[in-house]
Amino acid sequence: MSTKTSYREALCDAHREAMAADSRVFLMGEDVGRYGGTYAVSKGLLEEFGPERVRDTPLSELAFVGAGIGAALGGMRPIVEVMTVNFSLLAMDQIVNTAAALRHMSGGQFSVPVVIRMASGAGRQLAAQHSHSFEGWYAHVPGLRVLAPATVGDARAMLQPALDDPDPVLIFENALLYNAEQELPAELDRDIDHARVRRSGSQVSLITYGGSLPKALAAAEELDAQGISAEVLDLRVLRPLDDKTILASVRKTRRAVVIDEGWRSGSLAAEVMARIVEGAFFELYAPLARVCSEEIPIPYAKHLEDAALPQPAKIVAAVREILGVRA
Amino acid sequence: MNEHTASPAPTGPVPWEREFALRMLAGMVRIRRMEEKCAELYGQQKIRGFLHLYIGEEAVAVGAISAMTSDDNLVATYREHGHALMRGVGMNAILAEMYGKQQGCAGGRGGSMHLFDATARLYGGNAIVGGGMPLAAGLALADRMQQRHALTAVFFGEGAVAEGAFHESMNLAALWKLPVLFCCENNLYAMGTAIERSQAQTDLCLKAASYGMPAMRVDGMDVVQVYEATQGAAALVRDGGGPAFIEYRTYRFRAHSMFDPELYRDKQEVEDWKERGPIASFSARLKAQGLLTEEQFLEIDAQAAAEVEDAVAFAEKGTWEPVEQLTRDVTTLREVAR
Repeated sequence: MSTKTSYREALCDAHREAMAADSRVFLMGEDVGRYGGTYAVSKGLLEEFGPERVRDTPLSELAFVGAGIGAALGGMRPIVEVMTVNFSLLAMDQIVNTAAALRHMSGGQFSVPVVIRMASGAGRQLAAQHSHSFEGWYAHVPGLRVLAPATVGDARAMLQPALDDPDPVLIFENALLYNAEQELPAELDRDIDHARVRRSGSQVSLITYGGSLPKALAAAEELDAQGISAEVLDLRVLRPLDDKTILASVRKTRRAVVIDEGWRSGSLAAEVMARIVEGAFFELYAPLARVCSEEIPIPYAKHLEDAALPQPAKIVAAVREILGVRA
Repeated sequence: MNEHTASPAPTGPVPWEREFALRMLAGMVRIRRMEEKCAELYGQQKIRGFLHLYIGEEAVAVGAISAMTSDDNLVATYREHGHALMRGVGMNAILAEMYGKQQGCAGGRGGSMHLFDATARLYGGNAIVGGGMPLAAGLALADRMQQRHALTAVFFGEGAVAEGAFHESMNLAALWKLPVLFCCENNLYAMGTAIERSQAQTDLCLKAASYGMPAMRVDGMDVVQVYEATQGAAALVRDGGGPAFIEYRTYRFRAHSMFDPELYRDKQEVEDWKERGPIASFSARLKAQGLLTEEQFLEIDAQAAAEVEDAVAFAEKGTWEPVEQLTRDVTTLREVAR
C-alpha cells in the first residue's frame, strides 16, 4: 500500500528527527512556536520540544538571523526559519557579511554551522513584496551552501546533512510546494552536493530547481506527447553548482533550456548557461535558451502574475524554438 | 558644557592594590605604544587598507576587558587592536596580521579590522557597524542553552546606536534575558558625524533603559571607573540577571582612519580631551598616592616599546601565504560522495 506524504509534513518530520537526535539542534523564527509556523511546518514541535528549543522571535530578522549565527559559533546547531525570502533582505547583512565571511576572515578558525530556511517564490497572488525568488543572489556568495528541495523526498532528507555541514546552509522552500504530496523514496537521498535527473530524455535538457521542477516535468510530459524527448534535471544544490551532472546531461541531449523563477538578468539561469557554454560549447546542437520571470515586480492580478512566471507552455515553446519545430 | 566638553580629569586615590594598578597602567601603555607604531608603519606602507587607531580610548578596553573571565566571549569592532591585545592575543600575531602575514591571528586574511582568536574567544574584528551585536546575542544564547556561566561582551561605538541592529539586539537580549554586556564606546563621533548630528536623543542610557535593562554611563577616560562599573555589571549579567548596557564616555585623539583630514572637529576640543588622557591622569594619581615613580613609569614604557619592537621584527620576518592556497578556508573541506 502506498502512502503519500506532503512536503510540509516531510519538513516537519525532518525537524523532529533532527531535534530528537541532537540536543544542540533548535528552531527559531517568527511564529514557529505557538502559531505552529507560518506554513505550518513546525506544527506540534513546541509541544514536543518546549519553548527553549522552539523559540518564537520578535520581528527582527537581522537580530535573530545574526543570533542564529552567533549560537552556531557558540556550539549550538540552530535552524533559523525566516518566514520568507522577501524578509531575508532585512537579514542579508548577517548572512553575507558574517555567516558567509567568518570562516575565511578568521583564517579558518571559526565555522558557522547554521541552517537558515525560508519560503520563496510567487504564484499565490501576493504581489511585488511577497513573491521574490532571490536564491540566485545567495548562490552568488562564496561561503554559503544553497539548497532548493523540490521534491517531498528532498524536503524530508536534506535538513540533516545541512545540519551536519560545518558551514552555513540556506534552504529555499518554494511556497507552492508545501501542499505537494508524493510517496517518500524507500531510501532517503541525504546528498547535498549533486543535481539529480528526475526524468530521462534524449533531445533536450530542462535544467531547473525548486518550484519550477513540477512545471518542467509537466512540460516534458507535453513534449513527449509531441514526440520530443526531454530530460529534466533538478539542480537541488544551487551553490556549489554540480557542473559535472549538468554537463553530462547536456552532452547527452546536446540542447538545454534553463528554467528559473528569478528575473532573467543576472539570474542563476545565466550562470548555468555560462557554465554550459564554458564546458560544452562545441557539443551543442542549438543555442541555449531560458525561461525566467518577466522583468517586472510580480503583479497581483492572477492572469498577469501567471504571465510573469515560467509556465509549462513557455517551456514547451522554448524547446520547440531551439529544436526548430514549427507549429 | 555640552556633549563635547571634556569633564575634569579624574583625581583622588586609586582603590587598588599596587600590583593590579600597575598592570592596568601597563595595559594602557602597551596599547598606546603599539598604536603609535601602527601609525608609523602605515606611513611606511607596511600596513595597508583601513587602519583605525584607539589612541585616547585605552582605558575602556583595559578596564572593561580586565573585568572579563576566560570563559567570556568578546565581540569587537574594526577599532579593536587594543581589545585583542587585552584579551591575550599576542602582539606578534596582531602586528603580523596587519602586515598580512600568515603568522597573523587571522592568517593574513583579515587585517586590521578583522582580528580573530578562537583561544581568546575573540569573535572579531567586525567591520559592519552594529554587525557584532546580533552575533553577541547568539553567542550568549548558546552559553545559556548549554548552561555555561559566561557572558558575551560586545563593543560598539555610539554611531552603532542609530543602527537597527542595536535596537533589535537589545530587544532580543532583554526579552530572552541573555547574558550580553553591551559596551558602548561613545567617542562622540561616528566617523565625522558628531553625536548630536546623528542622535535625536543623545542620552544613550535612556535608549538602553527603554528595553528594560540596567544602563549606566561612566567616565571612559578613567580606567578605575571603567573597571569597577564593568566588574559590577558583568557579575549581574553572568549570574543570570539578563543584559546590561554601559556607556563609556571617551575620546579618540587621532583621526577616524588614516584617510581622515579631521575637518569636523575643533582643534581646541581635541586638545582639551588630550589634557585628560587616560594614561597621564591615571599615572598622576598613582604617583600622588606613592604607588608609582617616574622611573617605574619609564620602565613600563620601555618594556612596552621593546615588546612593540619585537612584534615588528616578528611581523617583518613573517612569511606570505602561498597564493596556491588562495581559495582555502571559504568552506570546510569535506568528502563529497557520488
